[in-house]
Amino acid sequence: MKVVYRAIWDLPVEELFASGHRACAGCGPAIAMRWITKAAGPNTIVVNATGCMEVTTTQYPETAWMLPYLHVAFENAAAAASGIEAAIRTLSAKGLWRAGKTNVIVIAGDGGTYDIGLQALSGMLERGHHVLYILYDNEAYMNTGIQRSGATPKYAWTTTTPVGKAIRGKVQEKKDIMGIVMAHRVPYAATATIANLLDMTNKIKTALEYTEEGPTFLHILAPCPPGWRYPEELTVEMARLAVETGYFPLYEYDHGKVRLNPPTSQIAADPKRKKPLRDWLKLQGRFAHLTDAEIAELEREVAANLAYLSALAKAFS
Amino acid sequence: MTVALEARAKAKQTLALTSNYAAAYAAKAADVDVIAVYPITPQTTIVEKISEFVDEGELRAQLIHVESEHSAMSAVVGAAAAGARTFTATSSQGLELMHEVLHIASGLRLPIVMAVPARALSAPISIHGDYSDVMNTRDTGWITLIAASAQEVYDSIIQAYRIAESVLLPVMVAYDGFLMSHTTEAVELNDEEEVRKWLPRRLDRPNLLTPEKPITMGAFAMPDYYYEIKYQVQEALLGSLDKVVEADREYGKAFGRSYGIVQSYRLEDADYIVVAYGGASWGNAREAVDEARRRGIKAGALRLRVWRPYPAEEVAKALAGVKAFAVVDRAIAFGAPAGGPVYIDTVTALRMRGIDTPGLSVIHGIGQRSMFVEDFVKVFEMLKDGERNKTVYMGLKL
Repeated sequence: MKVVYRAIWDLPVEELFASGHRACAGCGPAIAMRWITKAAGPNTIVVNATGCMEVTTTQYPETAWMLPYLHVAFENAAAAASGIEAAIRTLSAKGLWRAGKTNVIVIAGDGGTYDIGLQALSGMLERGHHVLYILYDNEAYMNTGIQRSGATPKYAWTTTTPVGKAIRGKVQEKKDIMGIVMAHRVPYAATATIANLLDMTNKIKTALEYTEEGPTFLHILAPCPPGWRYPEELTVEMARLAVETGYFPLYEYDHGKVRLNPPTSQIAADPKRKKPLRDWLKLQGRFAHLTDAEIAELEREVAANLAYLSALAKAFS
Repeated sequence: MTVALEARAKAKQTLALTSNYAAAYAAKAADVDVIAVYPITPQTTIVEKISEFVDEGELRAQLIHVESEHSAMSAVVGAAAAGARTFTATSSQGLELMHEVLHIASGLRLPIVMAVPARALSAPISIHGDYSDVMNTRDTGWITLIAASAQEVYDSIIQAYRIAESVLLPVMVAYDGFLMSHTTEAVELNDEEEVRKWLPRRLDRPNLLTPEKPITMGAFAMPDYYYEIKYQVQEALLGSLDKVVEADREYGKAFGRSYGIVQSYRLEDADYIVVAYGGASWGNAREAVDEARRRGIKAGALRLRVWRPYPAEEVAKALAGVKAFAVVDRAIAFGAPAGGPVYIDTVTALRMRGIDTPGLSVIHGIGQRSMFVEDFVKVFEMLKDGERNKTVYMGLKL
């Protein structure tokens, strides 16, 4: 990644995501929006899929967006962004686009990316549009009231994967969305969280720069207090622990090379530095029902995923 | 006027074109910026022709090879929001897949133009023509023209940009799948420079997505605002009829061809009128009028060139005082009080004006079941014999 911001005081001061929106107290995605817009700057068009961020920020006649913003529907943000990018290209060539170089950024949740929007995302990546697609992942359909998505982790409670006598939480594992994106051989894709601020903002800058070449992708973990069932003051801590326990590894796919980023790279090199997964799970009501055996199983899966990514990083270094 | 005459004089090329190719030539003449299309029969030859134009460098546009019709409409929504002149085309299942976004295109007030060679809907799957797909878009807030010749397809698509960009609503130009989309007619093409002069760019729309003036499009409306925003669509759509008339008239002045919003054939002294839409039905209806008149029936025919907004005044004017009328629909309004969707509209238009001319709903040409001139003559005979107030399923094998 290109290091544009070396320290917290390098980060942009200008706010482009207004306060007063209707997101929950402690909303992880809202923190992501604030830093995405700061890093992208005012010459940016945002295309937002239906979801929490759309509903809580655009209640007519108010808006939290100080950038040009378009919401079309749930499954088609990547397609709408393709159209905008194509429009800017043609209008620029014809001398009809007066705003100069303009970023086009999709912002979509996990439902709008892993599930209903996957086809449009794949189409946009395959066609090579100059668009940055940002997935903010809060690991369920939080906007409609906490239903499971392809991003919900195994065993997690949601309202559609309740903890019953026959089935206890979600049966399936979280989908490897980064793997799907990397399979499109895009110039750049990376994971980030709202807790690792410099890492996230530098990745936004890097991804935007690489959109000159083609589509780029960011997967940002953005915890949700009501959905994960933890006290709202712990949002940043939840994201930090997700990384430090190895649950959510930070890494980049940069022109075919895979690189683990700190602290994931240190954890992978020295597993003793990895915090126990239990430390993260026990703070969340959605995992309150887990048995020791189930926690041990998830811990093994975390280790296996880290080993897989380390092997990828080694093979494609 | 001198300019207009010169424009006409500059003409023109006459080519043998299918309606699909005519649609592609019209989009090229309009100098569209972004096209997003997904292949589907019978639309596909439009996107093939446009691909040739773009790849040959004859059309300076971005052609987005989308992965579905849903994305086709979504991409042109995005492009139109950013100020591009856009074009797309589809048929049948593709139009169904777009359906969600059709409402959004009108709600966002985007001047998108789409060609629709009309085709039957699954199941059972049928690639052949009827108007089931178009009729299912009834309440989407789109202006809908239905053309009856390849020339009219060409002219209507150019007019559609004028209409869409002045009313700020999307416009669909529909025509018979296969019977028009794949049959060749002589089409006179306008000088493209003249078309572009006739369609000046409007870069001053209030709903433009640009960093120069950031706005939020596609906002979330609660019960205190939603109704008014949708009412504005209704107001704009109803008011667009004048713009359709005006665009057609201005086009006539500039290029020498215009159509009106309804077309009539031998209505002057008609006792019985068949209302039709689309090329095959209109051709048959006119032939049948002549034949019925030879058999002593005072027959006439009326064609709807505009379906949304429904040209209620013009239709009422034509049907008031005649003995009876029939509407030949190439679609079924399943479970409705009458079988034909345009028949239902027509009866409503008359009743809303206190006119009680009796009518007959005729369903024909479903899944491109052959429609013969004699069938249309039979409709006139049924009207003369007192058949009223029911639905007739013509051409049905039972």
